[in-house]
Amino acid sequence: MTERIGTASRVILRGGEGAFVPVVTLTALILVVWYLACPPMNAVLPQLANVQGLGERYLVAWGLERPVLPAPHQVIVELYNSTLGTRLFRQTAEGMVLNPRNLLFHAWVTLSATLVGFAIGALLGIGLAIAIVHSRVLQKSLMPWIIASQTIPILAIAPIIIVALGSIGLTGLIPKSIISAYLSFFPITIGMVKGFSSADSMQLDLMRTYNASRSVTFTKLRWPAALPFLFASLKVSISISLVGAIVGELPTGAQAGLGARLLSGSYYGQTVQIWSALFMAAILAALLLALVSLAERLTLKAMGARR
Amino acid sequence: MTTGMAIDIRDLSLTFETADGPVYALSKANLAVKPGEFVSFIGPSGCGKTTLLRVIADLEKPTSGSITVNGVTPEAARLGRQYGYVFQAPALYPWRNAEANVMLPLEVFGYTRDERQERAKRYLAMVNLSGFEKKYPWQLSGGMQQRVSIARALSFEPALLLMDEPFGALDEIVRDRLNEQLLQLWAETRKTVIFVTHSIPEAVFLSTRIVVMSPRPGRIIDIIDCDLGEKRTLDIRETPEFLKIAHRVREGLRAGHSYDD
Ligand SMILES: Nc1ncnc2c1ncn2[C@@H]1O[C@H](COP(=O)(O)OP(=O)(O)OP(=O)(O)O)[C@@H](O)[C@H]1O
Ligand SMILES: [Mg+2]
Repeated sequence: MTERIGTASRVILRGGEGAFVPVVTLTALILVVWYLACPPMNAVLPQLANVQGLGERYLVAWGLERPVLPAPHQVIVELYNSTLGTRLFRQTAEGMVLNPRNLLFHAWVTLSATLVGFAIGALLGIGLAIAIVHSRVLQKSLMPWIIASQTIPILAIAPIIIVALGSIGLTGLIPKSIISAYLSFFPITIGMVKGFSSADSMQLDLMRTYNASRSVTFTKLRWPAALPFLFASLKVSISISLVGAIVGELPTGAQAGLGARLLSGSYYGQTVQIWSALFMAAILAALLLALVSLAERLTLKAMGARR
Repeated sequence: MTTGMAIDIRDLSLTFETADGPVYALSKANLAVKPGEFVSFIGPSGCGKTTLLRVIADLEKPTSGSITVNGVTPEAARLGRQYGYVFQAPALYPWRNAEANVMLPLEVFGYTRDERQERAKRYLAMVNLSGFEKKYPWQLSGGMQQRVSIARALSFEPALLLMDEPFGALDEIVRDRLNEQLLQLWAETRKTVIFVTHSIPEAVFLSTRIVVMSPRPGRIIDIIDCDLGEKRTLDIRETPEFLKIAHRVREGLRAGHSYDD
C-alpha cells in the first residue's frame, strides 16, 4: 500500500517537473501583460489625470486605492491580509467561531456547499446513467428532460430555487448545494452512460456464458469499465459545482461565501476584494481538480493501468 | 428428447440479415456429438465455425432447425452454466490481473475465496503461467493472454468445453505443448470438447472426429472419424495412419474451396 502511494506521488512529481518550465513561462507572461495593462485600464480615474511621465503613470497606476484594474501584487497583498493576516477565529457568546473578516471563512462556506452539491450531483448523475443504460423506456423518457434541464440559464433559475426553498425554511448550504448539483450532475450522466456502455461485445458475451445476473454484470464489468469515464466527468463537474455554489450566493444577498464577497466588493467598488475572491475561487478550483486527479491516478493504478 | 447426446444438431440453419442482404452463415448442418468426444471444426475463414459454436453456446439463435445441448436447449444449458467458452480473442478484463481474470467465473458462481485462489493457481500452472499470476493483460504476450483465457474456461470444470481457435496466436512449440496438455486433460476428465482450428495436424492429433466445413453458405461437407488410440504423443504425426487422415481432411478442404470458383 505505502509502495503504491510512493509510486503514485513519484508519477505526480514527474508530471510536475515536466510542466514546471511551461507553467512558469506562461504565468510570467500573464503577469507582464497585466502590469502593462494597469495604466490604460485605470486612465479614467482622477488620480491619473494629471500624471504625465510614463514611469510615474505606472507607479501611480500600480498603487491606487480603488483601481478599476488592480495590480497583481495588490491582489496578493489583499489575499495575504485577508487570510493569514486576519485572525481565523473569533470569540463570541457561543464560543470560538470562524471570523467572517477572514477570506478563508468565506472560502469554507463556498467549499462546503460545493462539496455537498458535488456529492449530490455525482450520485444523481451516476444513478441516472444506471437507469438509462438498463432501460430503453427510461432512456427515451429521461434523456430529453436531462438535456432540457441544461438549456435553462442557471442565473435565471437560481433565484427561483433560492426563494422556493427559502419559503419552506431551507436556507444557507442546502439551496446552494442544490444549484451546484443541478449543474454538475449533467456531465456525469453523459459520461457514465457512455462509460457503462463501453464494455465490448466479447466481454459481455463472456458474462452471458456465465449466466451472470444484471447486477453481477454491472459490478464486475460495466462499473470497472466505466471508471476512466467517471473520472473524466468528475473533473469537469467539480469545477462546475464550484461555479454553481458561487452563483447560488449571488441572488440572496448572502452574508457569507465567495459569491457574497464578489457581490459586496462590486457594491462598494472594492475591486481588490473582488479580485482576491476570484483568486480564492481559482485556488479552490485548482485544489479540487488536483484532488480528483489524485484519486483518478490512485484508482487507475490500483486497476493495473499502464505506467 | 434426444438420446444421451452431448450435442445434437439437426438441419440447423442461420442467416444473418445485414444491410446488404442476407448472409447464409450456416445451412442445414447435421451433427451429433457423444459425451466425452473431442470434435474439431475445420474450414476456411468465414465458413461459419464461430457461428456454429455461438449457436451451441446460446449466444446466437438459429433461423431454423433444432439443437440440443446435453439433452436440453442451448439456453437451458447456458442457464445451467454447463459449458466453458474460449473466445477467438482472449477477452480478458484489462483491470484484472491474470489470477483475477481466472477467478472471474468463480466469483460469479460463488466459490469460496480459498477455492478461487487454489483453482486460479492450479489452472494457471496447467497453462504454464506460474509466476505470472499478478501480471495485467497488457504485460502479457498475446499467446499468454490466450492461455489465461483457457485457464479461465477450465477453472470451473464445465462438462462441455467450446474452444474457438484457442491456439491460433501461439508459436509452434507452445502450441505443441498445449496440444499435449489439452489431450491429457481431456483423457483424464473426459469432457466433451468442441474445438475450432485452422491447422490440419492439430485437428488430427487432438480429435476423435473432424468436421470439415465450407463457406457460402456455411455447411458441413465431411465428418471424419479419427481415433488414433488413447496414448498418443506428438510423434504420432509421422505415422501413416495420421498422414492418411490428414490427407483426407485436406481433400475435404480443397473440395470445399472449389465451390468458390
Ligand atoms: N453478427 C453478424 N452479422 C452479420 N454477419 C455475420 C455476423 N457474424 C458472422 N457473420 C458472417 O457469417 C459468416 C460466418 O462467420 P464466422 O465468424 O462463423 O466464420 P468463421 O468460420 O469463424 O471464420 P474465421 O475462421 O475467420 O474465424 C461470415 O460470412 C460472416 O461475415
Ligand atoms: Mg471464427
